[in-house]
Amino acid sequence: MPKYAYYPGCAVHASARDYAVSAQLVCQALGIELQEIKDWTCCGASSAHPTSHLLGLSLAARNLRLAEEMGLTLTSPCPACTSRLAGARHELRDPAALAEVNDILGKDFGNTVGVEHLLQVLSKGDRALPVKRPLGGLKVAPYYGCLIVRPQKVLGFDHEENPQSLDRLLSAVGAEVVPWGFKTECCGAGMPMARKDMVHKLSGRILAAARSAGAEAVAVACPLCHSNLDMHQGDMKPNPKMPVLYFTQLMGLALGFSAKELLLDTHFTDALALLRGKGLA
Amino acid sequence: MSVNAVVPAPGTPFVKRVEGLSGQKVLKCIQCGKCSAGCPAAFAMDFTPRQVMRALQLGLPSDELLGASTIWVCLFCQTCSVRCPMELDIAGVMEALRLVAIEDKHPAAQKNIALFHRLFLWGIARTGRLHEFGLGGMFNVRSRQPFLNVSHLPKMLFSRRLPVLPPWPWSKGAGEVRRIFRRVQAAQKASRGSHA
Ligand code: SF4
Ligand code: SF4
Repeated sequence: MPKYAYYPGCAVHASARDYAVSAQLVCQALGIELQEIKDWTCCGASSAHPTSHLLGLSLAARNLRLAEEMGLTLTSPCPACTSRLAGARHELRDPAALAEVNDILGKDFGNTVGVEHLLQVLSKGDRALPVKRPLGGLKVAPYYGCLIVRPQKVLGFDHEENPQSLDRLLSAVGAEVVPWGFKTECCGAGMPMARKDMVHKLSGRILAAARSAGAEAVAVACPLCHSNLDMHQGDMKPNPKMPVLYFTQLMGLALGFSAKELLLDTHFTDALALLRGKGLA
Repeated sequence: MSVNAVVPAPGTPFVKRVEGLSGQKVLKCIQCGKCSAGCPAAFAMDFTPRQVMRALQLGLPSDELLGASTIWVCLFCQTCSVRCPMELDIAGVMEALRLVAIEDKHPAAQKNIALFHRLFLWGIARTGRLHEFGLGGMFNVRSRQPFLNVSHLPKMLFSRRLPVLPPWPWSKGAGEVRRIFRRVQAAQKASRGSHA
């Protein structure tokens, strides 16, 4: 059974509880073991690194070291965390930087641990999915966000401009994937407090593009994307009224879990009416 | 000398510092504008990414860039960096500029974004993990916008997606993170001292 050191990250652990729960259910159903890293802490996110390189690297390295101790590849459902952790691993290939960070940690970290986003883990190989309830042609716009596939030289996963992994997963569970041009456009990331206007503009045009591509729902793989596209939708004018679901929730539905188990009732923009109409909830 | 010859400017100490921090050579930029064309935050910037590169090439006064909104509204989405035909890491240059602005205590053009990052780190330095409820509350108080995003609260609390209690500050992880903050601060003080 494939086993990973699981790093949920602060947002997935709390406000994106629905993502955490659906990810665990899907992994269980597929026989992938996510073993949570004990005592994990914040990766530094987008606040630490541009404040102090050394701080950003050290906060990330603390978690990488814990995964290294477990002897497992680290996986996270959060693209921002994955990007921070993989970015640190990349920078720490420089022995001088690694020595400096080890000095701060007071530990012997070898920087040998692999880092993969959950989407990468789930889209590996040609895993047969035990689909119990195909999504019946639900029209979904696959939204990757900016950091899952960028930059290639650090992550080495999928394609920077036109990624396919999420498209394939969603098709495999019976969704109809709509072609569109906003797969990797930015949603406004961590700006909803400081510059709400930017989030409304950037997320608003993503939702509008999904609508005009004929999508009935948007699939996401990031807690920040979900919060920007779902929670902040109600404040946009006009209200796009576009259901936004985690890809693990869509997979979970197809694998036979109920909408309630997948916490689909906790979203701001109602997804249940759409799912009921398709006989999925 | 031919009138067309490009004479590379030697680069001011400020430009050298940005190049050193980012590991990028700004003279490599051919001003094609691809970075600006794809930048999702360009509409909110006073200097577009291409203009930032040009300002560095020309060695314009550092105040212009350090006091710009650009370095704060940049989302670090990496779009520019992965598209640049000269393989320049423009996002890395933005980050370097922000680092210099913070180090030199240059007043931030986007006070609320700077405040957000400060409060974020303040919280992490205490509890090791982000406490979203606390960060939101502190941000609203300090930015004097008491009702910002408050309309989302009932649903978030009701669906148990917003823990009100902070992460346990006496956990092993929180203690180690506090030590990381202390040691990084000490190391940086020492290195600044040795430069002076
Ligand atoms: S994309 Fe690269 S070469 Fe083109 S203007 Fe931007 S930094 Fe310069
Ligand atoms: S990293 Fe910053 S400058 Fe580059 S495209 Fe994204 S927002 Fe624009």
